[in-house]
Amino acid sequence: MKAVPLILLVSLLICSACGGSPGQTTPSARTSAYIQNKGSDTIVNLALAWAERYQTEHPDISISVTGGGSGTGIAALINGTVDIANASRAITADEIKQAKANGVNPVQVVISRDAIAVVVNPQNPVRRLTLQQISDIYSGKINNWTGVGGDDRPIVRLSRETNSGTHVYFLQTVIRLGDPKNTTLFSTDTLLLPSSEGIINEVRQNPNAIGYDGLGYIPPDLMNSVIAVAVDAGGAYVIPSITTVNNNSYPVSRDLYMYTNGQPTGAIKDYINWILSPEAQKIVADLGFVPIK
Amino acid sequence: MDKSPNWRETFVTAIVKTCGYSAVVFVILIFFFLLRQGLPALLEVKLGDLFTTRWYPIENHFGILPLLTGSLVVTVGAMLIAIPFGIGTAVFLAEIAPRWMREILKPLVELLGGIPSVVLGFLGILLLSPFLRVFLNLPTGLTALAGALLLGAIAIPTTVSIAEDALDSVPQGYREGALALGATKWQTIWRVTLPAARSGVLTALMLGVGRTIGETMAVMMVTGNAPVMAIKLTSILSPVRTMTATIAAEMGEVANGSSHYHVLFLIGLILFLISLAVNITASSVIFKSRKRAERVLS
Repeated sequence: MKAVPLILLVSLLICSACGGSPGQTTPSARTSAYIQNKGSDTIVNLALAWAERYQTEHPDISISVTGGGSGTGIAALINGTVDIANASRAITADEIKQAKANGVNPVQVVISRDAIAVVVNPQNPVRRLTLQQISDIYSGKINNWTGVGGDDRPIVRLSRETNSGTHVYFLQTVIRLGDPKNTTLFSTDTLLLPSSEGIINEVRQNPNAIGYDGLGYIPPDLMNSVIAVAVDAGGAYVIPSITTVNNNSYPVSRDLYMYTNGQPTGAIKDYINWILSPEAQKIVADLGFVPIK
Repeated sequence: MDKSPNWRETFVTAIVKTCGYSAVVFVILIFFFLLRQGLPALLEVKLGDLFTTRWYPIENHFGILPLLTGSLVVTVGAMLIAIPFGIGTAVFLAEIAPRWMREILKPLVELLGGIPSVVLGFLGILLLSPFLRVFLNLPTGLTALAGALLLGAIAIPTTVSIAEDALDSVPQGYREGALALGATKWQTIWRVTLPAARSGVLTALMLGVGRTIGETMAVMMVTGNAPVMAIKLTSILSPVRTMTATIAAEMGEVANGSSHYHVLFLIGLILFLISLAVNITASSVIFKSRKRAERVLS
């Protein structure tokens, strides 16, 4: 019968798919767990590195890491579809209210620190700006690079999408200068690109561009065109780095968070405790973020 | 006639009828789902606020006008590119190219239609937008024009396929009659064949428009997603934000049941209604009963 080889082939394929990865031990006395981790695109590379290291050390735990933005992660925590939400901004009062309404109690852990680097094209002569100047550029008050001492070129502003914690943090700390009553918004012609890679790509090849992103996402060829930021015109212009974030001299730095539903227990608690350990914090430094002291 | 074929007849007819009706039922169910999730937006957000010019949903600015104009500019631009190239290619394939060339070119055109739109978007970011920035001396190449070019490329295979089939189905008698009356080849094509295939060609264009309005990935990557009001003539050279890119970028982050969630569904409803209108226009053209003169001649 012609069907027999086909049936044999299909059953062989199914059996090989059930085989599992080599080196996996049968879960006997150890408890195996599956942790779902979702949220900030700033944190995603770090979370992936952590998950990979943790899974090699603890083969019975599986961790899945996805991005989507801080807003996405927190929304998933509120909807109960994720164990740990990564966020590069603090949860808002509105979101806490929605969480409580859904029976979710968000608990925050600081897992790392990060600097937001403002970067321009290497051809751009501008290398230092005050917070006020960056705010005016992004809110649309300054539209040409001559307004901050550069060439006669139009300014093309690049930003992350509104679901990004980095975007919200930048809005609050830089555009609004940390003032909660300020209601300045991004200029309407700010390009909202869906990924950090899109921003870096455009900054790299467009001499008119200015963009911002986490320090860990600035590639080596753009490290020389990172802007030194001063709090005001009389102050010192500071380049972002691990040292300047830890001694609080760089004004645009922030904590990175993980949120869980209630105090973490079991496998999630072990994982988060491991994240706060020196071994995991070394991975933080390797990736360009700032380890918590 | 014995009973057995009748039983089989009813059975098969029932299955085919179910399939046919289920297609309509699914569309109606989708429509009602969109209505249910989208209409609360009209209650939660004042109508006046919905039609303002600032879209910044995380601070409750829900003005959808920039998104409507963005989609419109990109679609109109794409059709301005797809119509001449699409119809031109279809005419070339159907009327002018020798048979062997047609056998090669038609599959190639359909291959262009098979390229995933995200791949085209990727090419757009890396190649098209730097080129546009340098060539047209723009502040940035991530503009509605880049989006329109990519969407034109995506809409052309659909348009060419259907228009070419429509031109092919014009009876040979029309062309022979025109040539016998002394018309040149071009006069035959332009004044006899194309008008005769009018309904098929219009359908092809409508389907191209439908495809363009709903395209998400390619526009999200190359139009810059800046919610500006694209109403000036030069707006084609500025970044825009389409409705589809807005839904794709923001749907992941909304909490179920919030105003933002409902407004996004309202935008989806608007897209659905636009596609519906385009398709109804297209089908009213195809199913129009033929004029008496056309019936007599063929």
